[in-house]
Amino acid sequence: MKIPVIAAAVIAVLGLIVLNNAYFVVDETEQVIILQFGKPVGRPIKDAGLHFKVPFIQALVRFEKRVLEWDGDENQIPTSDKKYIWVDTFGRWRIVDPLKYYQSVRGDERAAQSRLDDIVDSATRNFISENLLIEAVRNSNRELKTTVEEEGGFEMEGGEQKIDKGRDQITKMILLKAAQAMPEFGIELLDVRIKRINYIDEVRQKVYERMISERKRIAEKSRSEGQGRKAEIEGEREKEFQIITSEAYRKAQEIKGKADAEATRIYAESLGKDPDFYSFIQTLESYKNTINTNTTLILNTDSEYLKYFKSISK
Amino acid sequence: MARKVINVGGELIEIPEFPKRWLYIAAIGLFGLWVLVSGFYTVDADEVGVIQRFGQYIRTTEPGLHLKAPLGVETVKKVKVQRVFKEEFGFRTLQGGVQTQYSTQSFLDESLMLTGDLNSAVVEWIVQYRIKDPVKYLFHVRNVEETLRDVSQSVMQLVVGDHSVDEVIVLSRQEIEDEALQLTQKSLDEFETGLDVVTIKLQDVNPPETVQPAFNEVNQARQERERIINEAMEAYNKIIPQARGQAEQMLRQAEGYASNRVNRARGDAEKFLAVWREYSKARDVTRRRIYLETMQEILPKLQNIYVVDEDQKGLIPLLQFQKKEEVK
Repeated sequence: MKIPVIAAAVIAVLGLIVLNNAYFVVDETEQVIILQFGKPVGRPIKDAGLHFKVPFIQALVRFEKRVLEWDGDENQIPTSDKKYIWVDTFGRWRIVDPLKYYQSVRGDERAAQSRLDDIVDSATRNFISENLLIEAVRNSNRELKTTVEEEGGFEMEGGEQKIDKGRDQITKMILLKAAQAMPEFGIELLDVRIKRINYIDEVRQKVYERMISERKRIAEKSRSEGQGRKAEIEGEREKEFQIITSEAYRKAQEIKGKADAEATRIYAESLGKDPDFYSFIQTLESYKNTINTNTTLILNTDSEYLKYFKSISK
Repeated sequence: MARKVINVGGELIEIPEFPKRWLYIAAIGLFGLWVLVSGFYTVDADEVGVIQRFGQYIRTTEPGLHLKAPLGVETVKKVKVQRVFKEEFGFRTLQGGVQTQYSTQSFLDESLMLTGDLNSAVVEWIVQYRIKDPVKYLFHVRNVEETLRDVSQSVMQLVVGDHSVDEVIVLSRQEIEDEALQLTQKSLDEFETGLDVVTIKLQDVNPPETVQPAFNEVNQARQERERIINEAMEAYNKIIPQARGQAEQMLRQAEGYASNRVNRARGDAEKFLAVWREYSKARDVTRRRIYLETMQEILPKLQNIYVVDEDQKGLIPLLQFQKKEEVK
């Protein structure tokens, strides 16, 4: 009785080992190829779930099915207008043909990354150095606003240049070029983008100096604008002042003149009834005012007043 | 109950025999318990459970207590779909709280950018996001957070590269945030990350450190300009209303003069006419009376009156003689 039990146990364990080697689980994030003595057999398995293979004879190689990251090195590249910049790119890729991928890079992701480095970096270098810096920096021809322009015109470097392509377009060209080389690695390159663009240190210092001088110009402009406005306001003030005072003078004179005219009319109307009588009484009235104690009066006996002095008869 | 005798150090001890059946029951019981426990799982309120059977995605479950196939046939991954996550760019929060502490380290490699006018700006921002599609989030992209960081940096550089330094720092912050949000979401959807960008907010945006003083100078100059203009306006506002007041005064004075002049003329006219009306009734006698009255009034005031005959000639020497006498 003992021997059959042991035999059964051994057979059960062996069976389990074989079974365990015959099924395998593929995760949603994976894809698998099956190798038979190192030679790939059948189609790659891309569906997640439980799968079977011939135990021991067939082996598995698992690959990522997900979108994978690629982060390029920073490259120092001169643009076509001889400006030296650092360009840092990144991309996203995935393994679309695991078989080719396995054959070309032995399924080693680091090797694949290094191929991507070579291909994408060279494409990046080509397209960046073929274009002006502004093409890689800007993305459209939208008009740039500056605080100074709002206050009336100021020239900015790069502001006037027309963009032919722009960054989006350049990265698309890099992607297109780099993607061409990918099928032989079983890779699909989904996207390449520029993560960073920056001046190299020496250029950066110059740019900072330029920015400083630009700001100083703006500051100077502000100050002189202030002085200009001040002069304008003062001029306006002087003008307004002259207008107000002269207008007041004009109106006052007009009023006075009308009054004088009115008075003249009134005098003329009343005195005109008897000019002779007026001059008579006015003359006599004026004697009272003009003649005083210091006056020496010489009266001729012929005068009206003394005519009786000489003779009573007429 | 059966007993078993064993030999312990030369002494025979009798112990009760343990039935084998019990052992099996205990083993099966433990196994059953394990099956049961591995078949239950809970999902918290802010997450969902993603169930895979032999690695294959089967279903997504809502918060609560759930059953799944035990013994590792079905596995659960929990994803926090309600939580809002935050990524920081150009700075790092060390410890949040009432007084948030920030890392003193500078992250210029993230934040220093070229602007559209080929100037530089230091841009710091945050991205808040949620996981809107847990299946895509888990299975579609490796290293989703890294993807988000890469995409956001590239988008921010792109958007800043299309704006002037003035727009980036002051004028168009909102516009830049909106554009960055839109483009970031578009890229994340293209990569099928399953992420939903809630908001992108610019934090400190400055010119590079060495350029900062020059930017401050511009601000000072602007303030100075405002001050000068305000002073000029002040002087204007002081002088012009005063001039208006004085002008008003001049007009009132002129009006006063006018009334005075006209009234006096009227008075004089009335007086003359009154006298004249009486005079015209008895012309001759009135004329004489007025003449004589006037003479009467004048002549007494005079010290020197010479009465000269109408035939008298050479009057001047006589007058000169008279003057000499007075001098002596």
